[in-house]
Amino acid sequence: MFKIVRKEEMSEGNVILNEIEAPLIAQKAKPGQFVILKANETGERIPLTMADTDPEKGTITVIYMVVGKSTALFKTLQVGDEYQDVIGPLGKPTHVEKVGTVVCVGGGTGIAVLHPITRAMKEAGNHVIAIIGARSKDLLILEDQMRAASSDLRVCTDDGSYGHHGFVTDVLKEVCEKEDVAQAVLIGPVPMMKFASLVTKEYNIPTLVSLNPIMVDGTGMCGGCRVTIGGKTKFACVDGPEFDGHQVDYDELMARLQAYCEQEKQCYEEFCTLEQA
Amino acid sequence: MAEEKEGKKKKTPRQSMPEQGPAVRAKNFDEVPFGYDEETAMLEASRCLQCKKPSCVEGCPVSVDIPAFIAKIKEGDFTGACRKLWERNALPAVCGRVCPQELQCEGKCIVGKKGDPVAIGNLERFAADWERHHGTGELPPIEEPTGKRVAVVGSGPSGLTVAGDLILKGHDVTVFEAFHLPGGVLIYGIPEFRLPKEIVGQEVNFLVRQGVNLETNQVVGRTVTIDELFEQGYDAVYLGVGAGLPRFLNIPGENLIGIYSANEYLTRSNLMKAYLFPKYDTPIIKGKNVVTLGAGNVAMDSARTALRLGAESSKIVYRRSRQEVPARSAEVHHAEEEGVEFHFLTNPVRFFGDEKNRLTGMECLQMELGEPDDSGRRRPLPIKGSEFKLECDLAIIAVGAGANPLLTQSTEGLKLNNWGYIITDPKTGKTSKKGVWAGGDIVTGAATVILAMGAGRQAADSIDDYLKWGW
Ligand SMILES: Cc1cc2nc3c(=O)[nH]c(=O)nc-3n(C[C@H](O)[C@H](O)[C@H](O)COP(=O)(O)OP(=O)(O)OC[C@H]3O[C@@H](n4cnc5c(N)ncnc54)[C@H](O)[C@@H]3O)c2cc1C
Ligand code: SF4
Ligand code: FES
Repeated sequence: MFKIVRKEEMSEGNVILNEIEAPLIAQKAKPGQFVILKANETGERIPLTMADTDPEKGTITVIYMVVGKSTALFKTLQVGDEYQDVIGPLGKPTHVEKVGTVVCVGGGTGIAVLHPITRAMKEAGNHVIAIIGARSKDLLILEDQMRAASSDLRVCTDDGSYGHHGFVTDVLKEVCEKEDVAQAVLIGPVPMMKFASLVTKEYNIPTLVSLNPIMVDGTGMCGGCRVTIGGKTKFACVDGPEFDGHQVDYDELMARLQAYCEQEKQCYEEFCTLEQA
Repeated sequence: MAEEKEGKKKKTPRQSMPEQGPAVRAKNFDEVPFGYDEETAMLEASRCLQCKKPSCVEGCPVSVDIPAFIAKIKEGDFTGACRKLWERNALPAVCGRVCPQELQCEGKCIVGKKGDPVAIGNLERFAADWERHHGTGELPPIEEPTGKRVAVVGSGPSGLTVAGDLILKGHDVTVFEAFHLPGGVLIYGIPEFRLPKEIVGQEVNFLVRQGVNLETNQVVGRTVTIDELFEQGYDAVYLGVGAGLPRFLNIPGENLIGIYSANEYLTRSNLMKAYLFPKYDTPIIKGKNVVTLGAGNVAMDSARTALRLGAESSKIVYRRSRQEVPARSAEVHHAEEEGVEFHFLTNPVRFFGDEKNRLTGMECLQMELGEPDDSGRRRPLPIKGSEFKLECDLAIIAVGAGANPLLTQSTEGLKLNNWGYIITDPKTGKTSKKGVWAGGDIVTGAATVILAMGAGRQAADSIDDYLKWGW
């Protein structure tokens, strides 16, 4: 059992932070790695990339958006409650080295995943420009943390309620134009990663993205997480989750993420009705 | 029936187990056969000739004293029968259900030369079930604690056997399992209708009651490495991690939605209980027209699961002929009865999908048999121009498994063969790394429950020697 020691609601209650007791994982985990969580007996196994770890305290932090039954169930867990199963750390850690200027681009809850990577890139001696975005000011997460983790933070909102009015890709283009960027890290919704990768490709900047396909075991035994990278099939849970952003078949990934949308809707609606009753 | 036994002893026919009718069972997940009652079991046991040189025992990979356990059943001493089985086989309730008896004990039985062999598997199952339901659950005696610690990685039949043997010898045993539940293929692969999960749970519970520590959610190689286990004070490590790497066909369209590896399909259904969705949260695609590629036990389990999830048609597509089908004959028979269609000498070429990337069908090619290949089986060759289309909205790929590199690649000093399986000494199960043994599917490639258990027993003996006398 894995106890929740801290819970925060962000982004109008749609994004939840859980700090969870998991000492073995906390000692081992590196930026870019993920865990699989299962809330209870009947629950589903959900992969989440870790947003932070505290080896001394023996805790890990995950941040998730409430999008369906399973995450809605997670949200009902309060401080002191437990996840039945937490498995990890899984996947390959981010390759961090000193390369010069690194641009880190995050959208939505991808910012949570980007945060430890940004920090590690800066600690490795890089000049880190971070660009984060959300639909509006109220939905933006981890601004202060990202400011502290980077050398230079740019914020954008789709509706212009805060920072630059527009998409992260606009600001990314500007940065690529002006700076000598050696490496890009892009983490967020699939369309964001797809279009931001097109920008960095134009400038020939090596680019990492972190993919979040549907998973079951997270150890390479089912192949449910398969993605196409440069025309070859890879298992995101063991070969990734990070891949060369210029090689990813984003359209296939987007389609595969919709595999269970009907079942999920049914399950979620039932759960919400029960919750309200 | 009892009278029949008195009079014409030699003519008693092989007793079949009563089972759910095909039409009914194809719609539920309950176990197919009900098992023998006491009377039928004793009658079947009376068919055994109690051979002096029993050939059935030669056919058994772990040399169960088959005539002895059958004699106990005949006498009505069912606990005694189960004890006999336990001497060589820790999981008789499992093996009675899943061993390929027709290739092992029953295939060698002398009675089978002129008629149907003694139903050894059914009797094994009967004795084990009887003991589960009526036995005292008394624990076997455990030797004095040795103070030695053994880590068993993987809780499949191989790892469970090692744990069970070594706990009796007084060692402190901990089993590390990557999944949230123990049992390996017995829990995530083989479906409920063939092996009720309650049985696996009881077997594991039996070990825990004897003092085996169970650590689930521990991916060895990630959460903890083998070298770290030694640093933590473990004296020996057994690797029974199975052959957990799904093989795909590598043909166009394989990443469409609606194409699963058998591992994923069965794990969703069995381990995650997707067949009870939405009571359980894990979803599964329920196809109307389902095609399973391959013809082993895994394929039969998949094709039959599809029927139970509501498929209108469930087809097996296999590139070789009926003779080469590797599944247990009982499974093929059950599958056919339930309405699974078999397409032999048929090879998949490509998959087709719609604009939403969902599977709509596949193209196949008819094959014919040519010269024998390396495996001695006649090689299937494509017939030119024989392409045809099969409509399907779910395809399950069950063409075998390989070695999962997650653990082996994170461990230094472990010698692997060209396919990634661990090289061990065939007599002891010792690997090239000091203090580390391995066995089961991760050494042999995907094989059988009983071979995995046999390897576990051998290694447990060797580990015990090592802990007492050294490497
Ligand atoms: C669907 C299906 C049907 C089958 N039907 C039959 C049958 O009818 N008869 C028969 O004899 N055989 C059958 N088999 C084959 C049989 O199940 C296997 O040969 C047998 O289970 C192998 O046992 P094992 O202990 O080596 O490995 P497994 O049973 O595969 O167990 C390995 C365990 O190790 C765990 N593990 C893996 N990696 C790690 C890690 N890094 N850290 C911690 N734990 C790890 C896995 O999660 C798993 O629980 C079937 C197999 C399948 C898949
Ligand atoms: S070979 Fe057949 S008849 Fe002979 S002992 Fe074995 S089961 Fe009995
Ligand atoms: S999640 Fe099963 S192989 Fe990646």
